[in-house]
Amino acid sequence: MAIRILVGVKRAIDYAVKIQVKTDKTGVVTDGVKHSMNPFDEIAVEEAIRLKEKKIAQEIIAVSCGPAQCQETLRTALALGADRAIHVEVSGKDYEMLQPLAVSKLISAIAKKENVDLILLGKQAIDDDSNQTGQMVAGLLSWPQAVFASKVDIKDKQAEVVREIDGGLETIRVKLPAVITADLRLNQPRFANLPSIQKAKKKPMAKMSPKDLGVDIKPHLEYLSYEEPPKRQGGGRVSSVDELISKLKEKGLI
Amino acid sequence: MMLHSRHFLNRLATSTIHSRCFAGTLVLAEQVDNGKLAPVTLNTLTAASQLKQDVDCVIFGSEKTNETANELQKFNNLNIKRIFVAENAAFKNLLSESVTPALLDLQKKNNYTHILGGSSTFTKSILPRLAALLDVQPISDITKVIDKDQFMRLIYAGNAILKLKSNDPIKILTVRGTAFEAAKPATGSGEVKVEKLDSSVKNDLSEFVTRQVQQSERPELPSARIIFSGGRALKSKENFKLLYDLADLFPGQATVGASRAAVDAGYCPNDLQIGQTGKIVAPELYIAIGISGAIQHIAGMKDSKVIVAINKDGDAPIFSIADYGLTGDLFKILPELTEKLKKK
Repeated sequence: MAIRILVGVKRAIDYAVKIQVKTDKTGVVTDGVKHSMNPFDEIAVEEAIRLKEKKIAQEIIAVSCGPAQCQETLRTALALGADRAIHVEVSGKDYEMLQPLAVSKLISAIAKKENVDLILLGKQAIDDDSNQTGQMVAGLLSWPQAVFASKVDIKDKQAEVVREIDGGLETIRVKLPAVITADLRLNQPRFANLPSIQKAKKKPMAKMSPKDLGVDIKPHLEYLSYEEPPKRQGGGRVSSVDELISKLKEKGLI
Repeated sequence: MMLHSRHFLNRLATSTIHSRCFAGTLVLAEQVDNGKLAPVTLNTLTAASQLKQDVDCVIFGSEKTNETANELQKFNNLNIKRIFVAENAAFKNLLSESVTPALLDLQKKNNYTHILGGSSTFTKSILPRLAALLDVQPISDITKVIDKDQFMRLIYAGNAILKLKSNDPIKILTVRGTAFEAAKPATGSGEVKVEKLDSSVKNDLSEFVTRQVQQSERPELPSARIIFSGGRALKSKENFKLLYDLADLFPGQATVGASRAAVDAGYCPNDLQIGQTGKIVAPELYIAIGISGAIQHIAGMKDSKVIVAINKDGDAPIFSIADYGLTGDLFKILPELTEKLKKK
């Protein structure tokens, strides 16, 4: 029986953008700044599509929690191959304060509602860098988790996953339904081409609110201030190996 | 008068009960493969001490947990009240579905207000899962303890520092090892009580298959004094030997790291990757060889005390954060450097 997959995608400031902290310390500049799908989520979407191409999956549902612009991110997921999308609308101050615990509750509620067999998420979002959502979804649902995945093989209602861990690689087997988070080397995502972008416009996109899902998204953390880290002085040059060695010796480093 | 002394006795009784209250902080200590304590646990003990509460530690493993507990005994100056050891064959490889329920039981029994773990793939897998079960918002990779409710952490690949306050009754935190000094062992002797955790494990959701870890005499990346780090310009797995040869000139002090590009290209294993989503390091000396200095790489090493950059492209971004930048061909520079360092 082919499985059904829920993939979470987050709209985040693009990885190449030079981040600017607001001078009033209330946040980071996001207006007019390029945003894209979180790179780890692109990898998660790609993995879902490959499972569908292998006929292991029969349906891919993409979900994103955030303001109206998330629909662009969802349309990208649809263009890449997801079958339908769900936009959980959270905007304004609610969105500024939307934290991983709340997102996990939203994703879990949808997973239950849609009765999926697998949840694929990126390992971390490159804006918040928390690396928590997948683990929390698994906890809330009491499902097994295989986080930081670099290889996924699904057979007989089980997933055999190679994980990147501190010391190297580890392989575990988890029963479905399960949560898997994508690490960098899981795959190389494809690009959406023009015909698929056109087709994506016709794919269904449902909209709902946290209230519709019975989830309280009230933040547990208060964000008090945002600051720039101290700038590191650099640009020092040496002109030879000899000079490098003598400078390092002078400093007592070697 | 009578009333006054009865009132006083009641207050004394209450305060006695409170002082017999168990520890406020639980440290999830980590055992590494040979039964030793993971270095990051020592940085975590420092963070825990800044909370100024009694500390309990817990160690999970399938063997040698008493040896690991013995290492923790050396830190009896840090207000550690108890060391729990949970030894069970089922904890081999520390599957989150096995460990989390046991941690949850311990929390329910002792009502800690703070649970800390040094950032590692182990604690990052387990602590958020635990937090969800307790309905609290975990906080990843803290770089500063301001007080019991306020912490700092880095976001946007280390390009912004966030100061936050948690309103949860239990704070679950992973600690960025490089942001806290490693705890120093006590000079005196003393003994911290070691208690066996009675944990039966029922996990029919996941199983361990195999592990591939590189055993090495060299220090771990997060605790090495010197790191020689290579990028894609090394061009091959064989060329990485140039870095290992350099590291081996400083036995016990130096090791080898890599950029994402080098790992992606297959020149070295994934556990060498330094960066925003890999290892975070802050050695005394970081030598970036053939690494251009992408934002994501810098996020993992910008707190190094001294940075050296060796790159053919004199305009590579890495030079803007390097203390000593040497422009040139690494294939000429590395052999020369190795030769001259051997002579010293």
